[in-house]
Amino acid sequence: MSSDNVRFVDFKSDKQPTWCPGCGDFGTMNGMMKALANTGSSPDDTFVVAGIGCSGKIGTYMHSYALHGVHGRALPVGTGVKMANPDLEVMVAGGDGDGYSIGAGHFVHAVRRNVDMTYVVMDNRIYGLTKGQFSPTSREDFETSTSPDGTHQQPINPLALAMAAGGSFIAQSFSSDAQRHAEIVQEAVEHDGFGFVNVFSPCVTFNDVDTYDYFRDALQDVGDSDHDPTDYDAAKEKILDRDTEYQGVLYRDESSTPYNELEGATENMADIDDSPPEEAMDLVREFY
Amino acid sequence: MTEDLNWAVGGEAGDGIDSTGKIFAQALSRAGRHVFTSKDFASRIRGGYTAYKVRTSVDRVESVVDRLDILIALTERTVDENMDELHDGSVIIYDGERSMMSDFEAPDEMIGLDVPLKRLAEEAGGAIMRNIVALGAACEVADFPIENLDESLEKRFGNKGESIVANNKEAARLGQEHVRSEYDLSTDYALETTDNDYVLLNGDEAIGMGAIAAGCRFYAGYPITPATDVMTYLKGRIERFGGNVVQAEDELSAVNMALGAARAGARSMTATSGPGIDLMAETFGLVATSETPLVIADVMRSGPSTGMPTKQEQGDLNMALYGGHGEIPRFVLAPSSISECFWKTVEAFNLAEQYQTPVYVLSDLAMAVTEQTFPPEVFDMEEVEIDRGKVVDEASIEEWQDEDGHFKPHAITDDGISPRVLPGTEDGAHMSTGLEHDELGRRTESTEMRIEQVDKRNRKVETARERETLSPRSFGDEDSDNLVVSWGSNEGALREAIDLLAQDGVDIRVLSLPYLFPRPDLTETFEAADEVVVVECNATGQLADVLEHDTLQRVQRVNKYNGVRFKADELADDLREAFDVADEAEVQA
Repeated sequence: MSSDNVRFVDFKSDKQPTWCPGCGDFGTMNGMMKALANTGSSPDDTFVVAGIGCSGKIGTYMHSYALHGVHGRALPVGTGVKMANPDLEVMVAGGDGDGYSIGAGHFVHAVRRNVDMTYVVMDNRIYGLTKGQFSPTSREDFETSTSPDGTHQQPINPLALAMAAGGSFIAQSFSSDAQRHAEIVQEAVEHDGFGFVNVFSPCVTFNDVDTYDYFRDALQDVGDSDHDPTDYDAAKEKILDRDTEYQGVLYRDESSTPYNELEGATENMADIDDSPPEEAMDLVREFY
Repeated sequence: MTEDLNWAVGGEAGDGIDSTGKIFAQALSRAGRHVFTSKDFASRIRGGYTAYKVRTSVDRVESVVDRLDILIALTERTVDENMDELHDGSVIIYDGERSMMSDFEAPDEMIGLDVPLKRLAEEAGGAIMRNIVALGAACEVADFPIENLDESLEKRFGNKGESIVANNKEAARLGQEHVRSEYDLSTDYALETTDNDYVLLNGDEAIGMGAIAAGCRFYAGYPITPATDVMTYLKGRIERFGGNVVQAEDELSAVNMALGAARAGARSMTATSGPGIDLMAETFGLVATSETPLVIADVMRSGPSTGMPTKQEQGDLNMALYGGHGEIPRFVLAPSSISECFWKTVEAFNLAEQYQTPVYVLSDLAMAVTEQTFPPEVFDMEEVEIDRGKVVDEASIEEWQDEDGHFKPHAITDDGISPRVLPGTEDGAHMSTGLEHDELGRRTESTEMRIEQVDKRNRKVETARERETLSPRSFGDEDSDNLVVSWGSNEGALREAIDLLAQDGVDIRVLSLPYLFPRPDLTETFEAADEVVVVECNATGQLADVLEHDTLQRVQRVNKYNGVRFKADELADDLREAFDVADEAEVQA
């Protein structure tokens, strides 16, 4: 379908979000919708896959073809959708629990498989929907109901994890910086391959450490420096820098070819005839 | 009973046992003989006993038996492992020059043929061909024209060049010549050849071929014994039909990839075995409640946990019937032969799309590792029909929209089946979810809508009972009061077992159940029978349990759970005992 006049509100459903007032997920979602509209997608040829958690509700609030799946498995679903119909714009959304805890195994493999889709993680460094337990990106000294003396664990560095897995597009954004967030997600959508964006999406109810104010102060936009995202070593240095929170596209491999293309999955697999093609009898003959 | 020959090659894993056996099986098949193969193997690449067994006859063979006529033994253990099956006059081919066989002596009542396999292979061009030398020797013993072996060697080694093929043919002839010149054999096997053309395939290959025939275009899986062959079959073939195979990072991912492809509109499947089914159970309820058509093949092996990965069991019936939390409508189909693995897979794809539910195809290891011959017409692709169910297009979408123009993927209908729209269809955008939802697919906690949606999904099962022919397959003596009920791969052994019993004057009627859910009501059939015996490869009698529940009648159980499939002669003895006809058995003995 052509979609010359699609506006970002066309991606909005008529369901009102039940996120807490002030939740970062509002801004994260708006940026996703803008990115989709700006890249010429339409709701009828977009497929959104959502995980479980506050972030998982996004499928309800956006208007597109969508599946709200089981906890942690959104990326495999997105992989199947894209492989089956490469004409669809596939966007997978989830939280830090969905993506880096229960779904961490899939995250690593989705990154290295490099299917042409976009993965937006709403990272609030807390479990919100279950009312405030630490998450895989929580700081070591973060006190919650299940970590009264801190987590005693290192937080995951999602960007480093993606880099170690051979990621072809690694970015980070902040839900409150609406314009930059939408631009960064748009770049991820436009990237030929697995476009990964970790979005700081503050939880105003359960996280009093990683707040809007904290990110506003801490974030350094790599777009403001002479950072070259195609320079692997420069990207590595920033991604492994524990002392700075970066915003922007940290790494982009422009020469990578998506898995679905390497595999030759270029046709819509939904299109089949109502009987097997004549060549099917060759399959039987092979067994002579 | 057919005039059959039972042949085996055995040694250590890594000895090339599988390919040797397959070459011989193929030679027999090409010579117009029926073949039924089986494997003894361990879950390791090297070391440990392994054997490939071939039963062959000009008539159909459906089972293995407890008899071995010719054995190529590369190790002494091969002989020990098969001592029960060897009999007076069995021929054992071995290489007395191999260090591990140098002390071997064939038992007095058997015929030992000491053939210098390695030395003759080297003469033909390389020690690697020693098993082919043994095949040549076996051809001489069985009086089987060695030219048939040539074709099989060409198929196996053709891509390695003409000289390799020629060397192998020479190796076979050296083996044949050695036996001819050194031994004066009095065996009279004389394997007759026919002009019939047969194809030779295993159950996993049949599932894969059925999937492609049915229009399956996406497969995601994770390697697991004994289901891996489905994936290796599809890889490289499904692409020729516009499809693709993804090897996922685990079964959790595999089933979700398959689900994603199905949501996108592709006919999609995954296959696994018990440990993988456990992981996939996580997503099974989502498939059903999002009303996504998906085919999941469970090629059962011995459980629980890692169990005996290379051994037979039909232990996953309860898992297939009840697996997953909550209450989940589903289909459970159980093919009972390799050809039915093909046809039930085809049917599974139609049922999945017609009813928008997950469909289990419950196969088992006995079929997965067995190769069997069939006339190619058995797999007539022109007989395959593809019915995609209630798919709505742009022209007809309007009647399935609410007043605001939203498509209703979970519309409440009389037959429980809602319209389905494939992504990319204009004005069809909608979400689906594992949460309880309304007709639009949006989360609901409305008590009324909850009941409407649960009833709607369950109504699909009632609709299936009305529309589908779920009959069991009936064979044997239709008028007999002795009723045997079974499922899955036991059918072949049962067919031969009841022939054996009929020779003793014991008549039995057998029902083999390919539809395990929804399944036919057997209450009246059971009431009419004097005695009902349920035969299955598990310890507790999972089918027996559900049939007792269905019919409110007690049944007898014949269970086997040592990891080995039923054999025809053994099963005949079990049934004699179950039907209390032990006297005849003794007379026979």
